[in-house]
Amino acid sequence: MSDETYLDLSDLTLAYGKTVAVESLNLSIRKGELIALLGPSGCGKTTTMRAITGLLRPASGKITLDGADITYVPANKRHVGLVFQSYALFPHLTVFENVAFGLRLKKLPTVEINQRVEAGLAMVGLGKFHSRKPAELSGGQQQRVALARSLVMEPKVLLLDEPLSNLDARLRLEMRTELQRVQRESGVTMVFVTHDQNEALALADRIVVMKEGAIEQVGSPEDVYNRPRSRFVADFVGFENIFAVKDGKIVTDNGAVDLAGASAVNAPGLAWRPHMVTLGEGRFEGEVLGAAFAGGSREYLLKSPLGPIKAEMDASAPAFEPGSTVAFDLPPERAAVLERM
Amino acid sequence: MTSRLLSYVTLTLVLIFLLGPFVIIVAAALSGGETLAFPPQGLSLKWVMKVFEVESFRASFALSMFLAIFGTLAALVLGVPVAYAASRYRLPFGETIRTIVSAPIIVPGIIVGLALLRYLVIPLDVSVGLALFIAHTALILPYAVRVVSASLDNLRSDIEEAAVILGSSRVATFFRIVLPNIQSGILAAFILGFVTSFNQVPVSLFLSGPGVRTLPIDMIWYMEITYDPSVAALAALLAFLSISIVFLAERFLGFSRYV
Repeated sequence: MSDETYLDLSDLTLAYGKTVAVESLNLSIRKGELIALLGPSGCGKTTTMRAITGLLRPASGKITLDGADITYVPANKRHVGLVFQSYALFPHLTVFENVAFGLRLKKLPTVEINQRVEAGLAMVGLGKFHSRKPAELSGGQQQRVALARSLVMEPKVLLLDEPLSNLDARLRLEMRTELQRVQRESGVTMVFVTHDQNEALALADRIVVMKEGAIEQVGSPEDVYNRPRSRFVADFVGFENIFAVKDGKIVTDNGAVDLAGASAVNAPGLAWRPHMVTLGEGRFEGEVLGAAFAGGSREYLLKSPLGPIKAEMDASAPAFEPGSTVAFDLPPERAAVLERM
Repeated sequence: MTSRLLSYVTLTLVLIFLLGPFVIIVAAALSGGETLAFPPQGLSLKWVMKVFEVESFRASFALSMFLAIFGTLAALVLGVPVAYAASRYRLPFGETIRTIVSAPIIVPGIIVGLALLRYLVIPLDVSVGLALFIAHTALILPYAVRVVSASLDNLRSDIEEAAVILGSSRVATFFRIVLPNIQSGILAAFILGFVTSFNQVPVSLFLSGPGVRTLPIDMIWYMEITYDPSVAALAALLAFLSISIVFLAERFLGFSRYV
């Protein structure tokens, strides 16, 4: 991975007719990086991906790939690969011919086509399937064919639309490992779109969190997971107790509450994951509304003067019964500091 | 129990209504007598054999085949792009185009035939053969568009985008990806168009001229002059031809999915 920008989206605005889907987006991706575009549906992540492939013409802005301006280069001349969420295999062609499709259009010698298709199918573990039709394959196998079909073209950037969403839980884990391995072996720059934070955290080198057509935060998985910068990102990655801060006090349903230590924080908001909440001791009291055993831990919902609080404790700690009153605290030093609410 | 009996009776009546004329025609065709009559007088294949000896039947059969085959091909050449455009793009006048294309189904054939005769054949001095070809193409077009649309709707459009990203142009994508995947729909449209054209009477009636008659029109003319069972024999032969085409289409294509 080099430090130089390989794929650059600059001031990119994307629209469907008059509806603006993405506004003034800026993003630089390095060669060999694995990037996740993360966000809820309608955040513009798929639209951004379609613009990179050339299927959607930008309303304004610029896309540069490997030093060349490709903003208006048609999709069939971009050297960009896309693995569709639906896989989009050609139903009338065999696995072999699906993978060979792009190579045949390039008019490569037959020997080379055969070699590259075999290598591609071997890479995704489908060496024995080349005479099958897509309809005779499982979802996971179809996905591998789609992946091989894109990889044999040796694209400069490979885009993947929700690559794991159509697979069952076990296959998803397997495919996740597979994608990482393929990326390592081929060294291809990958951008994948997902709405699942776990997928993004597990796979990506960097995560781009998007909301309503704009980037909320770009960072490593650790960054995004531990140091969300906005309320939206915090909420998205599982900080369930989020409070605005005003004049050194946190704003609650029942007025401002002084949180010793919080006054040191000059930021608009603070957020705690359930397991960051101290239970059993502290300055506040709450009534246990609900308790759920979650294997390694117990999850609690408290009703408190601060509003509803979600807390989590090790299963080995003593349990609190619903209906009982329990002391708790929000330790400011553990909170994530939010720059935007 | 009574409702069951009732449904059997209804079913029998419907079958008699549908199949009765066919049975009568086949029986009349096998008659040994000299006039078209039912019940037949004796059994013989002589009228079936005579069909192949009537000169005008041969000419009109050739014309009908020509119209059915080339009219349908022309309708497909026009209709497939229309169906494709309608299913893939949101056209500004999409609904209007659809209505116009379906018009020949709704407008009575007599009117279409009269209009073509009055405003095409007479003023422009278009030959009757060409007018027939145009008329049959127009009549088949709505069927072609509908049947092909149905199979296009079943084809995901993202496979076309996949082909484009792999380096294929839009036009090449249509021929390499779309056409092979809708070929059974196109074949179904061809069969439906062929049968529709071959059995067409009202429009062809207006556009027949000396020596230029489609087979059904020729059969009417023949009957007005010669009232022998050969018309029944020919009708039976045509019915068998149609039935076997549709039967084979259903067997190998699942024809009823499209129609």
